[in-house]
This record gives sequence, C-alpha cells and structure tokens, in this order.
Amino acid sequence: MTTSASNVPLLAIDDLHVTFSTRRGLVEAVRGVSFSVAAGETLGVVGESGSGKSVTAFAVTRLLDASGRVSQGSIRFAGEDITSASSKQLRRLHGAAISMIFQNPRGALNPIRTVGQQIADAIMAHEPISAGEGRARALDLLKAVLIRDPKKRLDAYPHELSGGMCQRVMIAMAIACAPKLLIADEPTTGLDVTTQKTVMDLLAKITAERGMAMILITHDLGLASRYCQRVCVMEQGKVVEEAQPLSLFSAPQHPYTKRLVAASPTATSTIADLAPEALSPPLSHSPHPEEAAVAAVSKDGPECAGASFETRTMSAPQDEGLGNTEKRKPAPGTPLLLEVQNLVKRYDRGVVAVNDVSFSIRAGESLGLVGESGSGKSTISRLVCRLIDASEGEILFDGQAIGTLPARDFHRSPLRKDIQIVFQDPTDSLNPRFNAFDCIAHPLRRLLNMKDGAALTARVSECAERAGLPSELLERFPHQLSGGQKARVGIARAIACRPRLLILDEPTAALDVSVQAVILQLLDRLRREDDLALLFVSHDLNVVRMMCERTVVMQNGQIVEQGESLALFAAPQTAYARTLLEAVLHLGGPTSR
Amino acid sequence: MSQLSTTAKRAGWRFASSLPALFGVLVFTFLLMRVLPGDPAVFFASGPSAGKEEIEMIRKQMGLDKPVPEQLVRYLGDIGSGNLGRSLTTGQPVLADLKSRLPASLELTFSALLIALLTAIPLGVAAALRQGSFVDHIVRFICALGVCVPTFVSGLLLIYAFYYLLGIAPDPTGRVDIFSSQPPLVTGFLLIDFALAGDWEGWRAAASQLVLPAFTMALFVVAPLARITRAAMLASLGSDFVRTARSLGLPPRKVIVTYALRNALLPVLTIAGIVFSTMLGANVLVEKVFSWPGVASYALDALLASDYAPVQGFVLLMASIFVVVNLTVDVLYGVADPRVSVE
Amino acid sequence: MTSSTLRHTVWILRGNPVTAVAAAGAFILCLLAIIGPWIVPFDPIASDVANALQPPSAKYWAGTDQLGRDVFSRLIVATRLDLAIAASAVSLSFVLGAVVGALCGYTGGRLDRYVGRFVDVLMAFPLFVLAMAMVAALGNRVENIVIATAIINLPFYIRFARAEVNVRRNAGWVEAARASGDSHVSVVLRFLLPNVLPAMAVQVSLNLGWAILNAAGLSFIGLGVSAPTPEWGIMVAEGARFISTGKWWLVAFPGLALMLTVLCFNLLGDGLRDILDPRMRT
Repeated sequence: MTTSASNVPLLAIDDLHVTFSTRRGLVEAVRGVSFSVAAGETLGVVGESGSGKSVTAFAVTRLLDASGRVSQGSIRFAGEDITSASSKQLRRLHGAAISMIFQNPRGALNPIRTVGQQIADAIMAHEPISAGEGRARALDLLKAVLIRDPKKRLDAYPHELSGGMCQRVMIAMAIACAPKLLIADEPTTGLDVTTQKTVMDLLAKITAERGMAMILITHDLGLASRYCQRVCVMEQGKVVEEAQPLSLFSAPQHPYTKRLVAASPTATSTIADLAPEALSPPLSHSPHPEEAAVAAVSKDGPECAGASFETRTMSAPQDEGLGNTEKRKPAPGTPLLLEVQNLVKRYDRGVVAVNDVSFSIRAGESLGLVGESGSGKSTISRLVCRLIDASEGEILFDGQAIGTLPARDFHRSPLRKDIQIVFQDPTDSLNPRFNAFDCIAHPLRRLLNMKDGAALTARVSECAERAGLPSELLERFPHQLSGGQKARVGIARAIACRPRLLILDEPTAALDVSVQAVILQLLDRLRREDDLALLFVSHDLNVVRMMCERTVVMQNGQIVEQGESLALFAAPQTAYARTLLEAVLHLGGPTSR
Repeated sequence: MSQLSTTAKRAGWRFASSLPALFGVLVFTFLLMRVLPGDPAVFFASGPSAGKEEIEMIRKQMGLDKPVPEQLVRYLGDIGSGNLGRSLTTGQPVLADLKSRLPASLELTFSALLIALLTAIPLGVAAALRQGSFVDHIVRFICALGVCVPTFVSGLLLIYAFYYLLGIAPDPTGRVDIFSSQPPLVTGFLLIDFALAGDWEGWRAAASQLVLPAFTMALFVVAPLARITRAAMLASLGSDFVRTARSLGLPPRKVIVTYALRNALLPVLTIAGIVFSTMLGANVLVEKVFSWPGVASYALDALLASDYAPVQGFVLLMASIFVVVNLTVDVLYGVADPRVSVE
Repeated sequence: MTSSTLRHTVWILRGNPVTAVAAAGAFILCLLAIIGPWIVPFDPIASDVANALQPPSAKYWAGTDQLGRDVFSRLIVATRLDLAIAASAVSLSFVLGAVVGALCGYTGGRLDRYVGRFVDVLMAFPLFVLAMAMVAALGNRVENIVIATAIINLPFYIRFARAEVNVRRNAGWVEAARASGDSHVSVVLRFLLPNVLPAMAVQVSLNLGWAILNAAGLSFIGLGVSAPTPEWGIMVAEGARFISTGKWWLVAFPGLALMLTVLCFNLLGDGLRDILDPRMRT
C-alpha cells in the first residue's frame, strides 16, 4: 500500500466476486479481487483475455451486462460503500466522481450526435448550465485534450474523426465533470503505435495536472510499466501479484507473472527468452483463459471443449538449439528466392495501396514488413501470395516472373504450393464447416492430388504434430478449438505442402502474449527445420526484431527504410522509423518525463 | 448546411437512378398490353358486335398496324402527355378515374401507417426495455402471429365482430354512408375536407368508415414494425455508446430517448418505407374486402373485366408513388443520419 | 457429422418445444397434402343444396358453404394445392437466387451493381401489385401464379445470398482456399455455398409462409385458381359474401388454416436457424 494508514484510499475493493449467469449455469469471472487506489495514483491492472480485468472495472462502475452481478465483496469509494448503491446514487457518481474510457473509441461515441453536443451532454448531466455554456465548456475541453482545430471539431460527427481523435473526445467527456477517478479500459488497443503513445501521454498529462487517480486496464505489460506507479497482475479472476513496475518486471515473484514477463517481447529479448523454462508447468491451469472469456463474456458458449489441450501443447517440445536462432544470415551466395520489383497496386478511385515497392528475400531468409494500419503491408502479402494482381511491377520467384499468370489462374501454377500464407485472425482463417483434419488436408488434396487414405492421414498427422496440434484435436471443428489451437491449424495447413516461402500476415496479432510466445517459437523452429523463407508482416516491432534478419519499414504504401534488423533497430535512419521505434514500449519503470 | 446539400445531392442522384426503373415499368406495362390474351383493338371497339371494318379502323387508329418499336414510342408519347387511355367499364379517361380515386387509397394507407407506427414503436421500445418480461413475450407473440394473418381474413373477421356481432361499426362499404353528403372537394381526403368545412358530424361518419379498413391494414404491418423496433432498440441499448452515456451519468430519459431510441429509429425508417410499399399492394385486398373506392379496387375490377388500360395506369401510378416514397425515405434518412453523406 | 447433426437436432428440439411443435405441424401439413383427398369425410366438390350454410356441427366440423359442401373436407383437400404452389415457387426462386446472389456477392463489380440496383427496385416495388400484373399478363393459370410468386420472391434470395457471400468473400479461409489451389469457381461452389446454404434454408422456411399468403391473396381476388377447386384463398373469397350475415365459419376456418400453416413455417424457420448454426453445436 502506498497510502498511509490515516488516509482513506480513494477506491478500495475488497474480496470482489462477480458472477455471470450463462446458459451453462453460473460462471465466476472475478474471484476475490482486492486492491485499492489512492487519490492521484495511477494503478495498472494487467492480464490476458479472460483474466477478469475488464469485468472488475465494470463491476466498480456497476456497468456490467444484465447477466453479471457482484456476488460477494465490497467496493468503497472515498470511504463510502457503493457495492449496492441505488441507480440514483450511481448516476451521481458516474461522470462526476468516477469516469470510464473504453476500448474502440469510435463505437463508444453516439454516431448521430455531434461531438460538441455529446461533451455538453456529459457536463449537463451533472451541472445545470445552458446549452450555450455547454458548448463553450465543450470547446475548452477539446482544447484541453489537444485536438487540432477544436472549433471545427465541435460540430463534427464521430465518423469524421480518426480513432485517436475519437479517443481524445472520449477523454474530454470523461474529465468533463472533474471526476476523482478515471478508469481506462484498454484505451489504446486497436490504435496505431504512434497514436497509442500520444493518447497515453495525454492521459498521463491530464491525470497529473488535475490530480486524478487512474486505473489503467491493459493486456500490455509495456504500457503498464511505462505509465503506472503500481501494477496488479490478474489471472483467472484473481490478483496474483501486486508491485511497483520496476520490481515487478525485474524480479517477478509469482510463477504466472514470471511467465508473462518472459513472454512479452522486449527490445532485447530473443525468441528463446520468451519461455525460458522450457518444460515449466503450463501458463494457465484450467480452463484456458480464452475459453473462460468466451464463457464469461459472450455467454453463448460452446466453451471449454478443448480447453486443457492448449495448455499441454504450450509446453510441447521446446527443442534444443533454440538459442542459436539468432540472426543466421544466409550465406552470401544464397540465391534470391523472391524478388519484388517496383510493385504498384491501385484500387478504384485512384487509391494507391502500394506504391513502387521493391525488396527481395533469399532462400531461408526471414524478412520483416512493419508499418501502421494503411501502410499497405497486408496488400503486399496478398500480392506476393498471388491472391490479387498487381497494377504494375514484377514479382520474381526463384528467378521466374510469377506476375504474368493472373491471380485468377495462379491456382494452376506449379509454384502455388511453394508460396503459402498464414492469416491474422485464426478464427477467420478456418472454414467453419471443415474440421481441423480437412482444413490441413485441403491443400494436400488440391495441390499434391493426394487421395483419402493412409498416406494422407499420415501426412496430416505429421503436419499437425509439427505445428504442435495434438492428433485427437483433428476431429474438431474450429469453434471447438481455442485461439492458439486455431492458429496451429492455420500453420499446419500452410506448411502441409512444404512451401519454400511462407507469408505470415500478423500471425499473432489476435493472440494473448503467452500464446503468441509459443506460436513465435513454433514458427521459428519450423523455419529452421524446413529452411523456409519468411515474409513476416507485423505492426509489432519487437516481434519483427526477434523473428527477422532484415526489416522493411512501410508508410502510406511506400518503403521508407529497409536494412538489417539489428542495424535498423539500433540506429534508424529516417524520422518515421525513429518515431515508430520511440513509440515501442519497454518493460521497466515509468519513464521520467 | 453542407448536410442539407449532400442530402439534396443524394436525393437527386437517387431520383435519377430510379428513372431506369420507371422506364422499365413503362416497358413492362406496354408489353403487358401486347401479350395480353386477345386483341386490344377488339377491347377498344364499341362491343363484341363490332364489325370487322370497325376493328380494323381502331387498329389503325391505335397504331397497332405499326412495327413494335414505333408503337412503343407512340405509347411513351401518350404517357408523357398524360393520356393513359380510356376505361371500358367507366367510360372515363383512366387518368381522370385514377385522380378521383387516389385520395381514397392514400387516406386509407396513411391512416393505417400512422396507426401502425403509433402502436408498433411504443410496443417495440417497451419490449426492448424489459427484455424477457411479460410485456416482451406479449409483443413477440403479437409479432409472430401478426405476420401470419392474411389481411383479407382479418378484415372480414373485424367486420364480423364489429358490424355483425357488436353493431358498433357502420356498414362496411365505401368511405361515406350513402345518406350523408360529400364535403366540398379540396384535398380529396375526406377527414381533412370535412374538417375544413367544419362538418364534424360528417367527419365522424367518415372516420368511423375508415377505422375498420385502416386497422385491418395496420394489423398487417404492426408486426414487422414492432419487430424491427424491438431489435434495433435492443441493439442500440447494448451498444457501446449507450454504455458511455451511462458511464457519464446521463439522466435515464436522455440515455433512452436521445441516445438509444434516436439511433434505433434509423432502421425503423428504412423498414417503414418497405412497409409502405407493401401496404400499397395490400390495398388491393383491403379495398376489395371493404368495397373501398380506391385505385386498387378500381384496377382489380378492371382486371377481372379484362379492361386493361386501368390496370396499366394503376401499375404506372404505383411505380411513381414508390419512387416518391423511396425519395422521401432517403431524404429523411439523410437528415437523420449524418453518416450517409460520406458515401 | 450426420449423426451429430441429428443428435444436435434432438437436443435443440428438447430445449425448444415451440420448434418441436412447429416441426410436427409442418410434418402433419405435408402428410395432409399427400393423403388429404383419401381421408376426408365428404366429397369436397359435390354440392348438396339442402344442407347449405350449416354452422359447424358434429357432422360438419367446420360447417357447410352456400352449395352445401363440407368446409372441413375442402380445407383438407386444399392443403395440397396451397403447399404445392408455395413450395414450387419458393424452390424456383431459391435455386435462381442462390446462384445469382452468390455470383454477385463474390465477384462484386459491375454485375453486382446492376443486379443490386435491379433487386433494390424490385424489392421496393409493391410486390403484390407486380404479381397481380404478371398473372394478368401471362394468363390466369396456376402455373403463372407459381411464376409470379417465384419472381416476387427472387429479390429476397438474391439479396440474402449476396450479402452472406459478400461478408465471407474476404474471410481468411476463402483466401486460404485460394492459396491451397482452389479456383474462384471452386471457392464459390465448395466453400462459400455450403456455408451460406443453411442460412438460406432458414430463409426458405420463413419465405414459404409468405408465399402461401401471396398465392392465397391472388386467388382471393380471383386470379389463378378458379372455383370450384378447393383452395383457401377462394374459400375466404366465397365466404366473404356471407360475413355480413354472420356466417363466420366460411371465413374463419380457411383463415385459420392459412394462419396456422404460415405460423408453422415461420416458427420452424426460427428454430432451424438455431439448429443449423454450427456455433451452437458442442
């Protein structure tokens, strides 16, 4: 506790339990959480999906879904017990004493009301002022959140603003009535790294200036370590560790925290670092956090089918030689496998998604492609995979121009099996009507003309095994698998035909860090075993630095910088690359500002 | 200001893009005339007894001896000059007939739509606010049942209950009972005309004639409207922005009306446009049941008497009304939802 | 897969008695449509003027009409015709709509825009009037009722299939199929359609009721089926003349038959939606 005994903490949660009634009976999402926040303090609550961190926040403000309720424990705000406050009392608290900021800022704003009106609404909910005053105050608030051209934005609708601007508006609304406590639930998830940094800096500035306490709920250890004075780590509805960021990340005590810290990529970690205790007990016990999340939040649950399997596969073979993955440069004489020359992709109405892009990949080499949303990196992955046609430019594979055959007919090309792809969203990338076996067998049937029988079964089992998917899961349909398992099916499918180039389009963006860690290790191992060349598309610079020997930085469809990963990350040459790198969060204490 | 201009632009574009559809309907009605069983000239002749020469003359007069494309051009020219032909059964120009009968149909349809909206929106909102409650179950039951009862059956059963059994409804034929006098013609809408003339007794009589057919038609569309209101309201109550409004401590009225309901009304508006055009179709059935002197019953009588010019005029009229309705919905939508101007 | 579907169906039906009742109702309706003419107590067409306009009794369960024909027998016999019209119309528009809609949804582009425009126009037009005009143009026959009903149903299927395919066409598993060596055609046929058909089957069930109402409406106004053929719409039309004199059964029973049939298919459609949703399966 940082607060002295005489001082009542601003918010004190004691032994909080939250229960959801679902189709399958009651599910306890929060199981005895206790923590407190002092006035003016910033507390981080960190956890993976299903850890109950958001549910805790919604329980504090009593904004839970109708199916959830606080079943035990107490919530005291400024000494007053608000656990069973009436809706009238709550309405006085909301906005005026406790405010919230949400994930997905655009959705959090009323789409058919102007920004100015919405901010004025927030003020007028607690203060009897005229519409004119409301507008004036709204303008002041927009200035306070550093929105460019605030006067014009007053009459803008949310869809006319960018995600980052919407979040600023949301912040303006939240601080409109000078609350004592701000609860920010994943405030920057889904925003680009550079936007993420400016929004978080703004939040930190505002809370410091106005003496507001903040609870920052996030899955991102780096974010918590940078902006919080104290951090609580949650796992499966419980707080497992609470400490100051520096000690938490340098010397984690609880085994879960240890693994979480290890799994979070940093500026210096290597693939091998992500899960150092190779055969350590599984990260989560049962059920798997993702599944628990499904059960608790979406209430529709096919649930915990296959829950415990992920945990088993997580500790699956973490083979020897992991340490020496480090930047094996292909020998100088290695021929170019892929050569992209002056690639341009134009869409209707003159939108240029990719503009004059050239790069190459040697056999067995791993190239990272980083950039923010809209930089054209996903378009490149589809161009290279020959799923769409380029407007201009050449793609040479193994010295052959593969751009001449239209994408429509590329499925007939003998090179089809040599270029395979793994998609971002593991759920979206599997046909809901195919089971895992059929998903993996499909390319074998189509591209290698394998017929059903022992050979095919053996081959599918082998691929599944290499991807770390237990063979008993092959019968399952995608909705019966966890996110990590689905990602493994997607990888097994991509490697089934032994491709020479594997395109990875944000393969871990939708996964929790602990799952990401094992998937990254798996990809790295597969790459070394098969001498695969990788085109690794990602927005996460730390991941790219670990996985790739060379990196290409993109912005607005153009390459701004490319070079050896080590050199590029150590000394970026362009301003944009520097901004990107500066926005990357590192574990450790709060940065001094 | 800019929103208004984009809305106007959108409406203009929408209007322009519905012109091909209108043209399609024109061609369709033309073909309708041509593929119909029998020779149009025979129909337009004075009677079945007409001599060969007379038919031949009419044929020439109607241009039926010309090649098809020329006939089409001629036909379009006629339409352009407002000549929709002459009805055999009434002996009047079709345009005049339609003009005199249209207000009856519109009065019926508008009253029914008003009744339906005034019933369906509160029901849907009430059901959504108390999801899973008794009210919700009742509303859902009504919705499930409402779409299953054909209008012609519910109309007849209403007549049985309110005219035959209870005796509180007037004789279900026409807009005014035969003994009362018509008001001076201003708009053609009896309720308005009676009110303008200050004849409240006549107004009451006209209203009581209107109640049953209007309710019959309203019954038919309450279900889809209530259903979409409930669904849209549930969606917007569960949306992130309503949660935001709650988290800021906005008064419940403001949360429900300004935040949830206003957003929920957008899909209701779209459906209301479709419902209106369904009602134009249902008019045929309701007008028949209640002997309502509207355009639909006029067209139906003509159709059954193999008198095709009125049918063709009716289809054209429906097409034009549908274009107007679509435009109105578009404009309203453009005003209500700032996002549409983005496209 | 099939046995699990069956088990799942049973599980759903047990937890959802309304759907079970609707399914049973639909089954009985189909049965009546097949064997109806052999089990009815009276000849549905033979008139018996001595017994005209009798109210419902132990002998005439649903009373008799103005020609003394047994209303109950006529109701049962009419099942076949009413269901046949609706079913053939709906299957016609289902097949056409699925193919056209899937094609538009997958290719996008110009074809999609034109078809979409056409469908929008067709859908917003008073469909009943359209059907009326078509029957008038094509001739007053049962086949033409089927064609007219099929055409006015078509936009729903096109739009539905288009929307369902369109949201999936950029799904990862579709691109993955292409990376696995499938052509566009094979992606549509082997991947997209199987994923879309269950949802469309639900649409069929919901649409069947609507088609029945439409066909009955057309015959109510004197198009399509003609007397003395027993058909629900005509029976209501004939009874309408006597409603002002209190002969309610002539309208109420065929009306009830129509309502229950439509209700049955609507509820079944809602239930099917739950059953066919694979995410509901465990």
